[in-house]
Amino acid sequence: MSTQLTERPVTPTEQDRTPLVRLRGVKKYFPITRGIIFQKRIGNVHAVDGVDLDIYPGETVGLVGETGCGKSTLARVIMRLYDPTEGAIEFEGRDITRLKGRALRELRRNMQMIFQDPFASLNPRRTVGSIISEPFRLHKTVPKDRIKAEVQQLMELVGLNPEHYNRYPHEFSGGQRQRIGVARALALRPKLIVCDEPVSALDVSIQAQILNLLEDLQEEFNLTYLFIAHDLSVVKHVSDRVAVMYLGKIVEMAPGDTLYRNPKHPYTGALLSAVPIPDPRLAAQKKRIILEGDVPSPIDPPSGCRFHPRCPSAQFPICAEQEPTLEPMRPGQVVACHFPLPDRAIIDEGANSERAAAAPEAPPAG
Amino acid sequence: MAEPLLEVRNLKVHFPTDDGLVRAVDGISFQIMPGETLGVVGESGSGKSVSFLTVMGLISRREAIIEGEVIFQGQDLLKLPPEEMRHIRGARISMIFQDPMTSLHPFYRVGDQIAEAIRAHQKISKKEAFDQAVDMLRRVGIPKPEERARQYPHEFSGGMRQRAMIAMALSLNPDLLIADEPTTALDVTVQAQILDLIDRLREEFNAAVVIITHDLGVVAEHCDHIQVMYAGKIVEYGTAEDIYYAPHHPYTWGLLGSITRLDEESKGRLRPIKGLPPSLIFVPPGCAFHPRCPYAFDRCRVEVPELLPVDGHHAAACHLPLEDKRRIFAEEVAARA
Repeated sequence: MSTQLTERPVTPTEQDRTPLVRLRGVKKYFPITRGIIFQKRIGNVHAVDGVDLDIYPGETVGLVGETGCGKSTLARVIMRLYDPTEGAIEFEGRDITRLKGRALRELRRNMQMIFQDPFASLNPRRTVGSIISEPFRLHKTVPKDRIKAEVQQLMELVGLNPEHYNRYPHEFSGGQRQRIGVARALALRPKLIVCDEPVSALDVSIQAQILNLLEDLQEEFNLTYLFIAHDLSVVKHVSDRVAVMYLGKIVEMAPGDTLYRNPKHPYTGALLSAVPIPDPRLAAQKKRIILEGDVPSPIDPPSGCRFHPRCPSAQFPICAEQEPTLEPMRPGQVVACHFPLPDRAIIDEGANSERAAAAPEAPPAG
Repeated sequence: MAEPLLEVRNLKVHFPTDDGLVRAVDGISFQIMPGETLGVVGESGSGKSVSFLTVMGLISRREAIIEGEVIFQGQDLLKLPPEEMRHIRGARISMIFQDPMTSLHPFYRVGDQIAEAIRAHQKISKKEAFDQAVDMLRRVGIPKPEERARQYPHEFSGGMRQRAMIAMALSLNPDLLIADEPTTALDVTVQAQILDLIDRLREEFNAAVVIITHDLGVVAEHCDHIQVMYAGKIVEYGTAEDIYYAPHHPYTWGLLGSITRLDEESKGRLRPIKGLPPSLIFVPPGCAFHPRCPYAFDRCRVEVPELLPVDGHHAAACHLPLEDKRRIFAEEVAARA
């Protein structure tokens, strides 16, 4: 086991492999209209506003951000549930931005989604067997007489009792329902699974079960995950790389450990410092960056760097005038900020030396 | 030692239903001292909310069988007539809830709602009450409180609404504030703001605070004492130090092993508790946790463990000998690292 985590190479690197998913300048605007018969477009909600992102086969990319930052919209754009306003989406090197009809349906075989609310995402009037077998019937990948056996195998795989094939969703607990959602997503053996807040609605002990299940399945089927959550600690736990979104843009991206130790964007710093740590001593040593106010409206995002009105280290006029681009910092870390944070801005030196005493640690890089 | 502000003795809240008796709270006893912060941790259905709704007098005897005593400032609240309870609720004990959207009335201005709460307990004019409401909004950190007080709840963001709820709850300077999952619906950055606010106001108003949550992280930084609940019972009680560094109950170990931690180095595997929380109608005999407990032995299946103090205040309801607990927890910590 390597202790030098800050320098750990990012699992798949940009040079050699084609990404499974490649986003270039993806934008999604929702129109705001006025009038009943003649709908006049009076503005746009800039839900996703220029995102570049590569997801490599077999890795887990985490996406975090506060409510309304556009993370779920981005997921739906990737799934082609929304048409992007601008930009290009590639899947396995193929442009899928304008795919339609049969070609799109074929594509969906390779990408599936797990939703947040296990109560709302399962049809209450259909049995579990029929819910999980729906993908087979739509895509006809399994002959009719094999469907039941296949479904029961899936149920066993996700930790459900195959005998419960004929039960209805209301007979299951939240965690079990989420397992049903996982089984359904897995049915067509997709390459990419987009998990949109898959554990937020669950109790902690059940959360852990589902997270472990997702990890096991990834190993077994070599799945690629895009994992969306607002809980940074969950995202860091499952992800190889974490992207932080703010108002429709990715502001920082790095391996989870790098992000925790050396966040460079003040927003990442604020987000990290706000996450409660279940360790009173460590929590007391943590430095805090407290953000004032709320996320501005995505209808009319701030000029320059979108974070500047709330940023504790903003300098004027540059931050209000020039939009920062994503620049590389450490290996695997990119940041869009004119004045990145110094190293170790959140975790205290004291906390570090204490931890270093417990487990010898590599000297800070850079 | 000073008098406790609130003392709950052997409280039981059972709901008769068509399927059987739901033992939501099954004999809990605890104390809260003036000015202290108590964290109540447990998963859904552990009885944490129901116990404090009962303290607030919000569970009616028509729907539940309530036994035990709830002594608040020397009075048994369970014996008070509803009229008198109404004077205490809101004025001396107040509560904020998880979902700030559904706790505010959408048709009334925020300032008027706070003023109404004040006027329910104090004989003052509408104007004075409204001014007080504005002042409270200022104290909970809402910018431009004069303008904000004249707005409707839908014009507030989630964090703002929770601030408004806190303003309302503290407007009568209560001695006890019960916060039931106050930050669960909020983003982390807002959650940090609200928890800091509750901390600051507790000092300013010198109120005791109860924070009910399912998130062990939330209470680590903000509570003096923590009680862990499972299936209607308190399974462990201690200081934050006790609970995080030397927990004595396998359920607490399970909770600590289940949470993802930011400060953890690499992708360690989580150690979840197996199985599901029990039905509160058919609570397992003996220790309710035994079917999920990896360390259960014969005695656990028959005898209900009592909540016994180990050293001073730290208490756990578990049959395992203390040495075993210390050893097992040390192993658990090592396994995670």
